[in-house]
Amino acid sequence: MEQPFERRVIVSGIGESQIGRRLHRTPLDLTLEASLAAISDAGLTVADIDGLATYPGSLGMGSEAATGPGTPAVQDALRLNLSWHTATSEGPAQVAAVVSACLAVAAGLARHVLIYRTVTESSGQGDGGRKGLGGDGSAQVEGWLQYLVPFGAHSAANWVAQYAQRHFHEFGTTREQLAQVALTGRRNAALNPSAVYRTPLTIDDYITSRMISTPLCLYDCDVPVDGSLAFVVSHVDVAPDLPKPAVRINAVGTAQRGRPSWDQWSDLVTMAGRDAAAHLWTRTDLRPSDVDVAQLYDGFSFLTLMWLEALGFCGRGESGPFLEGGHRIALDGQLPLNTSGGQLSAGRLHGYLQLHEAVVQLRGDAGARQVAGAEVAVAASGGGPLAGVLLLTK
Amino acid sequence: MTDLPVVVPDVTADVLPFWDGAATDRLVIPRCRDCATFVWYPRAMCPECHSVDVAWVEVSGGGTIYSFTISHRAAGAWADHVPYVIAYVELDEGPRVLTNIVGADLDALRIGDPVTPVFHAAGATKVLRFTPASRAGGG
Repeated sequence: MEQPFERRVIVSGIGESQIGRRLHRTPLDLTLEASLAAISDAGLTVADIDGLATYPGSLGMGSEAATGPGTPAVQDALRLNLSWHTATSEGPAQVAAVVSACLAVAAGLARHVLIYRTVTESSGQGDGGRKGLGGDGSAQVEGWLQYLVPFGAHSAANWVAQYAQRHFHEFGTTREQLAQVALTGRRNAALNPSAVYRTPLTIDDYITSRMISTPLCLYDCDVPVDGSLAFVVSHVDVAPDLPKPAVRINAVGTAQRGRPSWDQWSDLVTMAGRDAAAHLWTRTDLRPSDVDVAQLYDGFSFLTLMWLEALGFCGRGESGPFLEGGHRIALDGQLPLNTSGGQLSAGRLHGYLQLHEAVVQLRGDAGARQVAGAEVAVAASGGGPLAGVLLLTK
Repeated sequence: MTDLPVVVPDVTADVLPFWDGAATDRLVIPRCRDCATFVWYPRAMCPECHSVDVAWVEVSGGGTIYSFTISHRAAGAWADHVPYVIAYVELDEGPRVLTNIVGADLDALRIGDPVTPVFHAAGATKVLRFTPASRAGGG
């Protein structure tokens, strides 16, 4: 059988900008900082880049604080000479742009694709606090939001909370179990100099924090930041020439087989990750037990539980007991989880934090938070009806 | 509980029967006349059998809470109304709708609780919300 296309593609470079709260730098400025770092990390020059991709693109979803700059702005700022370019807002969640870039490289449309994800949601929200996709709920709405906003369900927190509540109801999952995602993230963030929240967090802090949307409390919601992450994906042929060890893309999972809707999904105790993960395992001989480190999307803590079950690290409904006490997901546990601190503590870099940390771990560059002998990593992005997942190897 | 904010819906021709029904306190949703599937969200073609013979029918409005969340933080007009209940109600006929539960004891609210519809004025029409059913009332 012909090899999956993704085996012909590697991550050749990674870069990060300054990451923090209210940096008040422009999205383009941050993007260029991360991009030049990634290109240099790959041992390339700007002239080598012939492909460009981002998620979601400047027309993707709302303000530039949420979308980052579009590809035309980045192309122009770097004077890139491109054979291929895209911005993908509808696709297998945030990593849609990565999968598209891999397809382009495997198909020969480009040889070195620069991918970036930039957010300035910390500065962008100003002093008025966080707003959801539907604004503040006072404006007339159309499209799918018309079924959400009239009921004060403007925020993804409201949508995810009802999945969590249903999971609690069906399987007896508890807040103490859910808390382990946030507590483990914070412990790992203390070892990550780029993380924005590094002070210790206790179970008491968690349990007594203010509710946002039951059963989700403040620490179940990720932290808006300003920052940019960039990657270069290249044809596997260049692997021997790289200054750093190549990280291989073993498999992608992009399937979506349920109704593409938060509220019309069949059972509310699974998400689209179920389909993307099942798809991933059909494209590789590796199994869940082969994974050394897991970077699972945690825009809200409960989404991580959904990915644990989807990827087969535990059975349906068993993510609560799996997380109990946090031992299994600790840095020295059977499945070190969200080793950068995740979006809950390192910052909301929207699916790309997970990929970045997977590469850092597989390169052995994670310093104090390095998982010894990490050879296989999974990076999952998305929640609800959106899901995309990558399996990476050394 | 004080009255929740309303957003006047953008009533378009394709979903006019739904809003006309709501204006007179009736829940009217599309149903396929070929395979009997209730079509939610409202669409002119049945997603199961692809028939375009879809008709608007009045349904009971009864349902049960499939899941819910108590929102403690909100923006704009909603900020003054926290905590309020957002819920998915599964209608007796099958479709699941996003809505609010009003008039409920927040500490006693449970998944599976039966609910009945209430209609709150919103411009020329009304929006569909639910309230806990009186168990003594039966059916």
